[in-house]
Amino acid sequence: MAIRERLSGNEAVANAMRQINPDVVAAFPITPSTEIPQYFSQFVANGKVDTVFVPVESEHSAMSACIGSQASGARTMTATSSCGLALMYEMLYVAASCRLPIIMSAVNRALSGPININNDHSDSMGARDSGWIQLYAETNQEAYDNFIQAVRIGEHADVRLPVMACQDGFITSHAVENIELIEDEKVKAFVGQYKPENYMLNPERPMAVGPYDTVNYYMEHKRQQAQGMINAKQVIMDVAAEFKAMTGREYGMIETYRLDDAEAAIVCIGSSAGTAKVTVDKLRAEGKKVGLLKIRVFRPFPTEEISKALTHVKAVAVMDKAEGFSAQGGPLGADVRAALYNDPFKAKIVNYIYGLGGRDVTVTSLEQVYNEMLEIAETGIVGETYRYLSVRE
Amino acid sequence: MSFTKFEDINENISWHDITPGGEVYEGGTSRYFKTGEWRSMIPTFIAEKCKQCLLCVPVCPDSAIPVKDQKRLDFDFDHCKGCGVCYKVCPFGAIEFGVEEK
Repeated sequence: MAIRERLSGNEAVANAMRQINPDVVAAFPITPSTEIPQYFSQFVANGKVDTVFVPVESEHSAMSACIGSQASGARTMTATSSCGLALMYEMLYVAASCRLPIIMSAVNRALSGPININNDHSDSMGARDSGWIQLYAETNQEAYDNFIQAVRIGEHADVRLPVMACQDGFITSHAVENIELIEDEKVKAFVGQYKPENYMLNPERPMAVGPYDTVNYYMEHKRQQAQGMINAKQVIMDVAAEFKAMTGREYGMIETYRLDDAEAAIVCIGSSAGTAKVTVDKLRAEGKKVGLLKIRVFRPFPTEEISKALTHVKAVAVMDKAEGFSAQGGPLGADVRAALYNDPFKAKIVNYIYGLGGRDVTVTSLEQVYNEMLEIAETGIVGETYRYLSVRE
Repeated sequence: MSFTKFEDINENISWHDITPGGEVYEGGTSRYFKTGEWRSMIPTFIAEKCKQCLLCVPVCPDSAIPVKDQKRLDFDFDHCKGCGVCYKVCPFGAIEFGVEEK
């Protein structure tokens, strides 16, 4: 029987880590992800796991230690947020290009400056081109479930890429919710042993990792790395199917909510999807045809799924919890527009910047977004396509 | 894919067959790279001044001083990059050091 618990998102992820019992965890504390290595180091101290915990002196060192560890053949994990993720930046690319399936719990927090400790997605969005798979969670349950699935996704021989399992700082990381934990033995059986084809501590096959790559080889390595990301989609779906068989909980590249006959839709990432669902129910009760598309997997980007799901929608609000400073919107806005470009039924798109630095996302604010979209759906007049939500004029 | 041998990696290899992240599955492959062409300064071994103290051998950063039967031989110029450390360490003036003329 699954275990009913009341846990914060950070506790949930730390417990997932305990159940997985990785070989190595190297991490440096930073709000709001600090609790993950904190709880986990208690599990280490109490003998609940036999993981080697490496308390490094910075996040750059944390990711460097993870790279060395995973390359040696050890299943390795870390957790970070915001400026910590930014300090890892150089090494994120090394991890991905060395094809090392390190698993990171990224607890999303605004990137300075001005300095701010609250939630938005500017940290992980900045790392979106680093070659890491990115999963985003709406709830504590999803933060837990995604983290467990991340191991199988990243380590799959067709993928071999690091995975960032993201959740919203404070909103899910610190809020306590009822969640359903999977039994320890089932989690262990689900993730299995880490069995890389080649690893540095294998005396049968001495190897070098991360050598200098000259002009004549670099592009071939990048093309091969890109294939790992292309292959990841099928693996994500396969792992989700297996996870559903174990838990009954269903996951995909995206999740839709009352979208089938919607004329206006919101596309968003993370915890705001929960607020959007409540908003959809409220507006549906008033007879308004609104729906939601939640992005669970941002890298690889679910182009076909989005295009298919939004085919019939007349007006779409793409919600970015990160500024792209392109002077026309954020990163999700750009990718969703690209996804719909070849769709003959192209919906009208408005890109909203919202929730930066922890700015509250409420039913009232999302209701405003839906009403603006319904007006576009009705009149066909789009107006400004780059808008700020809940900012004082 | 992941077991491509070092000898099969060359400038005609496709992205399908190249090793992930450039992994190399054997040791000592640096000897195949003739890095001596980076050199602009060159050491010269004066055999008659050499006492075979072998102080120069361990300080060479590139193992470019071969030793046979406990005696050093002339430099391995395929790999010597002309750093001059051996010249500095030689107590007997048995290594000269100057600009390489090509």
